[in-house]
Parts: sequence; C-alpha cells; structure tokens
Amino acid sequence: MKTFRLDDILPPGPLAIDPALVEHWLERFIADELVRRRGMRAVLVGLSGGVDSAVTAYLCARALGPDNVHCIRMPYATSSPESLAHAAMVVKALGCRERTIEITAAVDGYLQFEPDADGRRRGNVMARTRMLVLFDLSQKYGGLPIGTGNKSERLLGYFTWHADDTPPLNPLGDLFKMQVWALARHLGVPREIVEKAPTADLVRGLTDESELGISYPRADPILAYLLMGYHQEALERGGYSAAEVQLVRHRLESTHWKRHQPTTAMLTNTAINEFYLRPVDY
Amino acid sequence: MHASVAAVQFQPRKGEIEANLDRIGEIFADLAREDPPDLIVFPEASTTGYFLEGAVHELARSAQEYADALQRRWKAATGGAREVDVVLGFYERDAGTIYNAVLYATLGGAAPRLRHVHRKLFLPTYGVFDEGRFVARGRRIGVFETTVFPSAMLICEDVWHSICPTIAAVKGAQVVIVPSASPGRGIAGPEIETVQRWRSLLRNAAGEHGIYVVYAGLVGFEGGKGFTGTSMVVAPDGRIVVEGQPFEECVVRARLDSDAIDVARAGLPFLGDLDSVLPDLLLDEELPLPRGGRVTR
Repeated sequence: MKTFRLDDILPPGPLAIDPALVEHWLERFIADELVRRRGMRAVLVGLSGGVDSAVTAYLCARALGPDNVHCIRMPYATSSPESLAHAAMVVKALGCRERTIEITAAVDGYLQFEPDADGRRRGNVMARTRMLVLFDLSQKYGGLPIGTGNKSERLLGYFTWHADDTPPLNPLGDLFKMQVWALARHLGVPREIVEKAPTADLVRGLTDESELGISYPRADPILAYLLMGYHQEALERGGYSAAEVQLVRHRLESTHWKRHQPTTAMLTNTAINEFYLRPVDY
Repeated sequence: MHASVAAVQFQPRKGEIEANLDRIGEIFADLAREDPPDLIVFPEASTTGYFLEGAVHELARSAQEYADALQRRWKAATGGAREVDVVLGFYERDAGTIYNAVLYATLGGAAPRLRHVHRKLFLPTYGVFDEGRFVARGRRIGVFETTVFPSAMLICEDVWHSICPTIAAVKGAQVVIVPSASPGRGIAGPEIETVQRWRSLLRNAAGEHGIYVVYAGLVGFEGGKGFTGTSMVVAPDGRIVVEGQPFEECVVRARLDSDAIDVARAGLPFLGDLDSVLPDLLLDEELPLPRGGRVTR
C-alpha cells in the first residue's frame, strides 16, 4: 500500500517571497504614507553602498520618481571606497539626486575628547551623526528621511538605537535579509551590491555575518520559525544546531528593548501610549 | 427579481468624517450619473478609517446621524429623483456604548429609512488587532427586508466564522453583505495570502447556502498596514462574478438575480438539508448552548 506521510513539523518556505508583489505593495506604501498622508513628495535615503539602502532607493524612485529622491552619501574617513563607488552606481542607475557629506570632521570633533572609545562606540557615533545629517537635510529639501533597516537586523538588535531606526517611514522593516536580497535581484540592483558580503562598514573588513557569528541563510529561517511560535526542539529536529538556535534566540530575547520607545514612568490614568492611545496617523 | 449592486472600494481620510462623507457624496453623483445602482455598499469604518484606538470616543456617531448625512448627500447628488439603498460601515455610539457597526438605509424619499444596523459580533483582538479593547460587540444577526432581497450584514471577521453566514441563510437572507477592513499579510506567492483566504471564505459562504455575497473592502494604508480591498460579488453557485484590484480605489458592480439563487439551490439543496438537520444538531446536549438559564457543556 502506498503511504503518504510527513513528519516534519516546520512548514516549508518560511522566507518565500514574490518580489513583484512586494515591489507593488511597498511602492503603494511609500506613495500613500508620504504623499497622501503627509502631503510630501520628496524623500532622503542615506545611501551606504549596501543592498538595503540600494533597494530602498529603487523603491522610492519608482514610487515617487527619481527627481524626488535625494540619495545622501555620508562616508567617514575609514569607510571603504568600494561602498562609495557602489552608492554612485545606484545614483547613476536611478538618475536621482545625490549629495555627499563627509562626516569625519563632525565625528572626530566629538571623539577627540574620547580617544579611548572602542569600535562599537565609534560606530554608534557615526550612525547617530548620519541621522543628524539626514534629518537636518530633510528640513532643507522638504523631504522625509526613509529608514533602510531590515527585519533580520531589527530582530537581532544589530543596529544603533535611535539612529538607524529613527526615520518615520521604513519600507523594509518586515523583510528578512534573504528577502531583501531576492527583492534586490528583482529590482535590478547592480550585482556587485547584491552579491557582496553585508557590512556596516564601520571597521574595515568586518562583515555582519562574522560579527553576528552566524550567516543570514541560517539565522533568517531560525528567526522566522521562532516568530511563528516554534520551539528550540522543533528547530533542532528541522536541521538547525542547538548552538545556532541558541545564538539567535539570545540575540532576539536580549534586544526587545531596542524595538520599543524609551521606558516612561507611568504615574496617572492618562499616561501617553499606556492609557492615552491614538494611532500614529490620527 | 433582480438588483444592481455597486461595492465601493473606498479609501477614507483618517478621522475626517465630513471630508469622507463629502467624498461619498461625489461617488453618489458619479454612480447616479452613469448607471444608478439599487444598492451601494461601502466598507467597514468608511467614515473614519479603521485603526482608531482611543479616538473612537471622539469619532463615534449614531446610525441616525449617518443616515441623515447620507440622505443629504444623495439628494444633493441626484436631486432626490430616485431611491437607493446604501450600506455604510462606521463606528457607532448608542446610549454611551461604542460599536463597530454597519447600517442599511434607503435614501431619497421624504426621510431616510434606517432598515437595519448590524454590530460586529467577532471583534478581532490579537496581533495587530485590538478592537475588543475599544468597542463593544454585537449580539445577533438580523435578517431584514430591503427594496429587493431579504438581506443580512456581517462585518469582516464575522464571516470568518462559518456559523454566521449559516445563521443568516437559515433565517432567510438571500444576500449577505460583508463590509470589511482587511490589512493584507502574506507575500509568499503572486497574490496576497489574506486575499486568497477571503476569496475562499466568501465562495464557501455563498456556495454552501445558495446566497449572494457582496463584499466591500477598505483600501489605503494606516500606519504601515495596507488594506487590500479586492471587493467582490459572489454568486449563489460560489462563482466570483466580479472582483476589484488590491490596494486601489474602484467600484465593483454586478446584477443580482433571484433566478440564480433558485438554480443554485435546485442544484445543491444544502440549505434545505440544513433546515431539516439543524434542530437535531442544536438539541445535542453536549453543545455549549444555554438551556434553562445555564450553558451546558
């Protein structure tokens, strides 16, 4: 007798994505949230040379037209020249507006008083300086800063709090890194950008995956299954090692605070966002 | 017996009741000028937007206020030369209690006739949804006479519970009207997964009972959540007659015909079977139903 049987508990394809659907959806999102709700037409994207900001710029250019997209390159002295070149490729491909602001003097202006700051602190100062530039230029250009953070780095806490996560609109925040890569290929982002190892470009040669201790193709499905509600045992039965599941879980469970607003002492029955609840678009 | 129906895939401005009513008035004028329908259906929360949180206290109105407001706009749009039935989703305030509701009114006469108000029974309160925190739930499914077909209304999650269209059909509804505000989720395939789910739910509801289902979906983004629209009319044989596109405003129109109901029920007499079997099923003492003042289990 023929038997049909499936013992695997994990559903297949947790990262499956139809890039054409997502492109259409996110372009509608950008147009609707920016033009209809805020009455604005222009955006500013901090273009790092990496795939997240490239995809964001492509989506914005298609939703709003390239003339309404200001791509801001903000290199520091140690930033890789390759990153700057890759950012230039995006600007050229899209025909959008471009501005390059060196942040070295601003960053070093502060860090001269903290010469012992380690790499992490220096990286955070650079990320926050970039947001300072982006928000200031947004006033000048009458546009809105657009976030470029993806779901993987948000869940792993792999970003600078109140820097990368500050722009009021974020098209990619519900897409894992693997899905961003799929979307990038669909949009025609230059191959060099899609295929290079992802890096925050804060310390030369240091990639996301070497710093995190796990690759995105391993971390993303683990994150996806954990968010669906599957436990460690189910993931281990599904072929993920105890060590890698533990690593991802630790990063996820120790960074909930980074995905929230600051903790405010509640003293009354009208505490904001506790009792006084109004939606962001009201 | 037949009726022309228009389901309007509407994108409201958040919290701007007057502006949204004025826009509804413009749509009235367009529809009346082109080919006036007998029934116009607007989605859930059309006058305010869906995600309101505590702002429901500022924005809830009575059904009569909306019936009067719609009557003024219909008369302004058409001069009141003809009548029309309108379904509108709104946040309702009644005697100090707030509901997520839809009204069914006949406009165009000397005064609007408010034929029925349905209050949402199943308030989604999970994940992105938080309705149970801000509004009270309805308690019954009413079937009411209209200009054409006896009808019932269900709001969004109501129809995800198959017992709701079943009760509506058993009570005699030939048309079930479903205003909805569904934030899309699911990107694995070329179609939004929640849209596929809706299609299957509505087709099952229509096909099982030999009824028309008229679905009007909200569109637009609210705080990153994109309402999918895909308004549709499903025939009594479970076939989708017409369907709107996702995310964009549009009007979906179809003709409802009693012959189609008769033919579907003759081919698949499930509703008659249910009429006969349902009392036995409901008398099952293991069902958690109220009996003699207590719920049995």
